[in-house]
Amino acid sequence: MSPVLRRILSPNGRAVAFVAVALAVVGTVAAYVLGDAARYHSLHTAAPVVASVPEGRIADGPRIVFRHTGVDSKYGVVAMVALDDPGGPRAFTDLACDRLDATRTGASCLQTKRGVVTRYDLLELDRHWKVTDKIALPGLPSRTRLSPDGSLVATTTFVAGHSYMQTGFSTSTEIRHVDGTSYGDLEKFHLLIDGHDSQPADRNIWGVTFVDDRTFYATVATGGRTYLVRGDLPSRTLRTLRTNAECPSVSPDGTRIAYKVRAPGSGLPHWSIGVLDLVTNHEQVLRRETASVDDQVEWLDDDTLLYGLAREHEAGVTDVWRIDARANARPHLLIEQAWSPAVVRR
Amino acid sequence: MAPIVVTLGMVSLLTDVSSESVAAILPLYLTATVGLSTVAYGFVDGIYQGVSSLVRVVGGFAADRGGHPKWVALAGYLISCVSRFVLLLATGLGAISAVIAADRIGKGLRTAPRDAMIAAASPPEQLGRAFGVHRTLDTIGAVLGPLVAFSLLWWIPDGFHAVLLVSFAFAVLGVALLGLLVSDRETRVRAHATHEPFHWRALTDPRLTRLLVVAGGLALLTVGDGFVYLALLDRGGFATHWFPLMYVGTNIAYLALAVPLGRLADRVGRARVVVGGHVALAAAYLVVAGPMTSTTSTLAALALLGTFYAATDGVVAALAGGIVDPAVRASGIAAAQSTVAVARMASSAGFGILWFALGPATALVVVATVLGAALPAAHLALRGLDRPVLTGATP
Repeated sequence: MSPVLRRILSPNGRAVAFVAVALAVVGTVAAYVLGDAARYHSLHTAAPVVASVPEGRIADGPRIVFRHTGVDSKYGVVAMVALDDPGGPRAFTDLACDRLDATRTGASCLQTKRGVVTRYDLLELDRHWKVTDKIALPGLPSRTRLSPDGSLVATTTFVAGHSYMQTGFSTSTEIRHVDGTSYGDLEKFHLLIDGHDSQPADRNIWGVTFVDDRTFYATVATGGRTYLVRGDLPSRTLRTLRTNAECPSVSPDGTRIAYKVRAPGSGLPHWSIGVLDLVTNHEQVLRRETASVDDQVEWLDDDTLLYGLAREHEAGVTDVWRIDARANARPHLLIEQAWSPAVVRR
Repeated sequence: MAPIVVTLGMVSLLTDVSSESVAAILPLYLTATVGLSTVAYGFVDGIYQGVSSLVRVVGGFAADRGGHPKWVALAGYLISCVSRFVLLLATGLGAISAVIAADRIGKGLRTAPRDAMIAAASPPEQLGRAFGVHRTLDTIGAVLGPLVAFSLLWWIPDGFHAVLLVSFAFAVLGVALLGLLVSDRETRVRAHATHEPFHWRALTDPRLTRLLVVAGGLALLTVGDGFVYLALLDRGGFATHWFPLMYVGTNIAYLALAVPLGRLADRVGRARVVVGGHVALAAAYLVVAGPMTSTTSTLAALALLGTFYAATDGVVAALAGGIVDPAVRASGIAAAQSTVAVARMASSAGFGILWFALGPATALVVVATVLGAALPAAHLALRGLDRPVLTGATP
C-alpha cells in the first residue's frame, strides 16, 4: 500500500476526509438554497404577464372564477374573467385558494396555510369575497362544490396522516350548510352497492356535485373499484349507478354527468372524460383529449366542459381547457395560467 | 458505551432528517407541484407498505453470510441517498414511485445489519441501553426532518427542490459518516471470534422461535398509530389542524424514554420491559376510548404510545440480538423486525374492519381487552429468554 493511500485510510485521514465532504456538501447546498430564495422572491414580486382589469369590471356580470397560476406576485390568487371573453383580461381578488367554487351568492375556498404546522381551512365567502366562516379541514384540499343556490358546500380533503410510512391514504368528504350544521363525513352515510346494503371498511368518497339541496352525485371507491353514486341528503343514503366513474359533475340542466374514466391496466392512472346521458344511460368517452385529466370537470354550459391541466416542465403552472361534451370533440385552450374554474352564470 | 453506537446513531439521525423531511412534504409536493391527484398519491403511498420488511430479511442474511454488516448497511444507506438525488430529477408518477420504492429497499437493507453492529459493539448486559441511545438519536432526526422541511417552505413557498436538495445533503452526510468513520473491522470482531461460520441451523434456536411467535402475536394486537390519531380526532380530542403534530408528540415521548427504558431493560429483563410496553399500549387504547376526551387525554394517549415504542422497538432488537448466536445476529434481528412489521400490517387491515363494524371506541376497547388477556401468556412465554446465551455459544 502506498504511503499516501495508507494515510488517507488511517483514522485521522478518514476524519479529515469526512470534514472535507461535510464542508463541500453544506457549502453547495447553502449556495443553492440562497439562490433559490432570491429566485423565489424576485419571481413572486413580478407583475402578472396577463392583462388585468379592476375587479368591479367583471365581478357582477356572468363570469368564470378561477385560481391564477402564473408564477408572479398573484400566484394562487383568485381571479375572474368575463364569461363572454375568457381569454381576455382578468380581475384579481385579494384571496388565495388552492381549490374554489363560486355561485351568484358566494364562494367556497380551500386554503393551505403553510408553516411548521401546516393548516388547511375551508373559507366560506359572501358575494363580495368577505369571509363569513372559516372551518379547519383535516388534510390537503382536493375538491369543493357549492349547491346551485349556494346553500350547501361539499369539501373533499385528503388525509395523508402524519408520515408516509405509517398510514395509508384516505379521503374525507363532508357536506355542510353554509354558515351552519354539517351532515358529517359521507363515509357514515348508508351505502347501497347495486341495491344491496353494504358497509365496506375500505370505502373512500370524493368529488361531490350537487343537483339541488337534496340530491347530489359523488364517487365511492371500495375493493379496488370506483362507483358513481347518487346521494340523498334527507335519508343520508348513497346508491351506486355504475363503475369506473370518478369526480362527477352534473350539467346545469341536470340531464348529463361528466366524470373521469380510468383507462384499464394497473400502474399509472390515465383518466379520460366520460359523459353520461342520464335519460338514455349512454356513456361517451372524449378520447381526443389525450392528456390524463385529473380534475373534477366544470360545465361551461349544457354542451361544454372545462378542466385544468398542468403544464409540462413548468412546475405549478396550469391552464384551463374547454371541450365539447361529444365523443369526437377536440380540446381548446380557454384560460391560460388558471386552475379550478367555477362558472357563474346569471 | 461504545463510540460506534453513537456514530451509528448520528448516521441514523442524519438519514432520518433526510427521509422525514421528504416524507413531510411529499403529499404537498406531489399534489401542488407535480400535479397528481389524491388517488395517484394513494398509489405512491401503497408502495411503502411491505417493501421494507421483505428486504430487511435479505439485508440480515447478507450481513451474516458475508460477515461484513458495515458494507451491507452502507449499501442500504447509499441506495436511499442516490434515490434522494434521483427524486430531484423525477417528474412523473412512475419515476417518483420507482424512486420511493428504491428508498424503502435501502431502508430495509440497512436496518438489520446496523442493529447487528450495535449488538456486536456492546457488552451483552448493556444492549438495551445501547439500542436506547441509538433510537433516541434516530428519533431526534425524525423530529428535526419535518421542521427543516417546513421552515424551508415557509421561507421559499415553492422551494420543494430546495427541500429535496437539503434532504439529499443530509443523506450524503450520513453515508459519509458511516463510510469514513465506522470501521468494518470493529463491527465483525465478535462474529469472527466465535469461529462459527454462518449456518441456517443457528437460526432455528427455539428461543428465537418463541420470541418470533410472541412478538408476532402481540403485533397482531397492535393498532396502527394512524388509527389511534384518527380515533382521537373522531372523538373530538383535538382540532383537526393539530393532526400532523400527533406523530411529533409520540416521538417526543419516545425520545425522552428510549434510554431510561433501555437501561431498565438491561437491569430488570428485556422481556419484562417489552410486556410492560404493551401494558402502556393497552392503556393508550383505553384512554382514547374512555369517556374523557380532552387535551389531557390526548397528551396522555401520545405519552403512552411513545412509552410503548420506547419499551419495544429497540428492546425487541436487543432481545433478538442477545438470544441468537453472533454469527447469525443480523438475520435474527431481521426476522424479529420483519415478523413484527408484517403482523402489524395484517392487524391494521383487520382493525379497519373492526372500526367500521363497532366504531372506533368499542373497537379499541376490544383490542385493549384481548391484548390485556394475552399479556400474562406473553410474559410466561418470554420469561427466560433474557439469559445471555452469548457466553454459552462461544467455545
